[in-house]
Amino acid sequence: MKKREKLAAPLIAVLLGLLVGMIIVIASGKSPVLLISAIVKSFCGFDILAPGPINPRYFGEFIVFSMPLILTGLAVGFAYRTGLFNIGGEGQVMVGALAATVVGILVPLPPVLHAIVCLIAGGVAGALWAFLPGFLKVKRNISEVVTAIMMNYAALYFCNYILKALPGSTQTRTVDLPASALIKSDFLKQITNNSRLHWGILVVILAVIVYHIIIEKTTFGYSLRATGFNAEGARYAGMKVERNVVYAMMISGVMAGLAGAIMVLGTFGYGRVLNTAENYGFDGIAVALVGGCNAIGIFFAGLLFGLLKVAQPLMQSMQIPKDIATIISSTIIMLVAMQNGIIFIMNRLSKKKETAEKGSEQA
Amino acid sequence: MSLFYNMFTITLMISAPIIIAALGGLFSERSGVVNIALDGIMLVGAFVTAAVVVVLDPTGANSKTAILIGLIAGMAAGMVFSLLHAYASIDLNADQTVSGTALNLLAAGITVYLCQIFFNQQRTPAFIRGITRIDVPVLKDIPVLGEMFFKQVHPTFYLTIILVFVTWYVVFKTPFGLRMRSCGEFPQASASMGINVRRMRYFGVLVSGALAGLAGGVMVLTQDVQFTVVTIHGFGFIAIAALIFGKWNPFGVLGAGMFFGFSQTLGFYAKDIPFLATLPTEFFSMFPYVLTIIALVIFAGKSVGPKAAGEIYDTGKR
Repeated sequence: MKKREKLAAPLIAVLLGLLVGMIIVIASGKSPVLLISAIVKSFCGFDILAPGPINPRYFGEFIVFSMPLILTGLAVGFAYRTGLFNIGGEGQVMVGALAATVVGILVPLPPVLHAIVCLIAGGVAGALWAFLPGFLKVKRNISEVVTAIMMNYAALYFCNYILKALPGSTQTRTVDLPASALIKSDFLKQITNNSRLHWGILVVILAVIVYHIIIEKTTFGYSLRATGFNAEGARYAGMKVERNVVYAMMISGVMAGLAGAIMVLGTFGYGRVLNTAENYGFDGIAVALVGGCNAIGIFFAGLLFGLLKVAQPLMQSMQIPKDIATIISSTIIMLVAMQNGIIFIMNRLSKKKETAEKGSEQA
Repeated sequence: MSLFYNMFTITLMISAPIIIAALGGLFSERSGVVNIALDGIMLVGAFVTAAVVVVLDPTGANSKTAILIGLIAGMAAGMVFSLLHAYASIDLNADQTVSGTALNLLAAGITVYLCQIFFNQQRTPAFIRGITRIDVPVLKDIPVLGEMFFKQVHPTFYLTIILVFVTWYVVFKTPFGLRMRSCGEFPQASASMGINVRRMRYFGVLVSGALAGLAGGVMVLTQDVQFTVVTIHGFGFIAIAALIFGKWNPFGVLGAGMFFGFSQTLGFYAKDIPFLATLPTEFFSMFPYVLTIIALVIFAGKSVGPKAAGEIYDTGKR
């Protein structure tokens, strides 16, 4: 694939996905203007139906929703570059959140250090949860997809049990974490008109940089990519394929675990008992694929899907079922998956055209 | 003893959709396409079936016809939905896992979206009557076996057994089945023998769509009172696990499906079993999923799946 196509294909997929979303909205008798209006308002607070000043709080909240998506996108992308499909982001996010909550509530530490330890706990928990799918793939040749899905469900119930068992928890949430564990920021809150924006943004930026360095600049990253490209070839070249698979899953788990941790420590400040998964792990798949599995691409794709996610309540309040956002992101995943075939067919068509033109010239 | 019989009939109820969906997966994977979208297709089947039954049978008067039409509609919907996966993975060389995942997400989005458009809520209304249990005359009087298999059992379980035999016959005893299996092992060789690989794979995926759609319909009508987004709660993936655990063989799938059904049932009945009752409820909700992993670890071993399943069909490959 040419470089130009590589850049253009995901963008076209995103536009087509939005188009499909709009067509569905129109087909169900609603106005697509409302859909666009909800998205624009969620971005900067500007209401195109009733123009007024922009409100930075909306922008802050939009970043808050994008941060975990960038991290889960990095998680999926990292595994994908190694030829693995980490569909277990969902569970890894949950155990990451759980570990951060547990350390936050039960382990007293001085400020800053406490928050850092909580973040590390979240990352480690994610890595441990991701270890098993990778390990079973290598040792028993069991699809990491099936194992990871099962572990998502296990994570949901496991986390809920522990969260409810923590001292002072109700059926829906834990007690507030002590201030020393939090990464909330008065400064960021002020400049965004009281949004929940927090220092998790530093974690995200750091993760993007680390991802880029590991994948693109290190020998380890090279051998991971080689494993993903052709596992047998990599094995023949003396690379430790089995080890790479397990490490890649675990690093992927760290990223997803951090997503859970920053949500607890920054966005909410307490542990939440969930009824169902919140789809951060699944949305991460869309983020990674649209971002072409490279760091910068994932960063921007994360912002895009964050926008779709944060706009959901607004859509619902405008009488457009919020599930349209899920329809749009799944359509985008489908289109990105189809891109090779579509490009192939288009090339063949244009070639046919060329030969047809040549033929008519000759005749 | 009656606790055991109760648990057994519940096991039959829970395992039926797992087995039906896994048979669908068997057709798809044997023809060479991994169908990770079973869960999403089941969701679509469940939604369509529940919606049709609710609309056709608002009073509960003619539930039999409504259920029959509902199940057929669910099957058809599953088939149409799986067409997307077939087109993406067979004609457009899409990564089959990615395309399947997209379909799973799309199913969750589109069914709940349509619920809100049609019923103004995030689920369908409750239907008056789902599939009712029956006693089979004569056979129910057989000691032990009668209690286990022929008393208070959903007729869909017998349908499941018939499907297992039909699948076995079609896939393993007919020339057509042999050709289909060859496409999942070495499609280039099949093509050289004049088999239309593309058509075979479309057949496999569409049958898997129809069966998964039916499984979704059966599941919502036997285990639920209405369709919600959690109606299927991962059973499509358990079906895939049953397919692996059953070594891509219909009778293996039957056994594996019953096993997973039983593990789920054990969760429901744990509170009635003295030494299990002290454990927290979350433990039992977790149980079937953990057991699935353990079963895969113990029994999957060296995989014997179709060799070419999941690979993009490259006509030029040798």
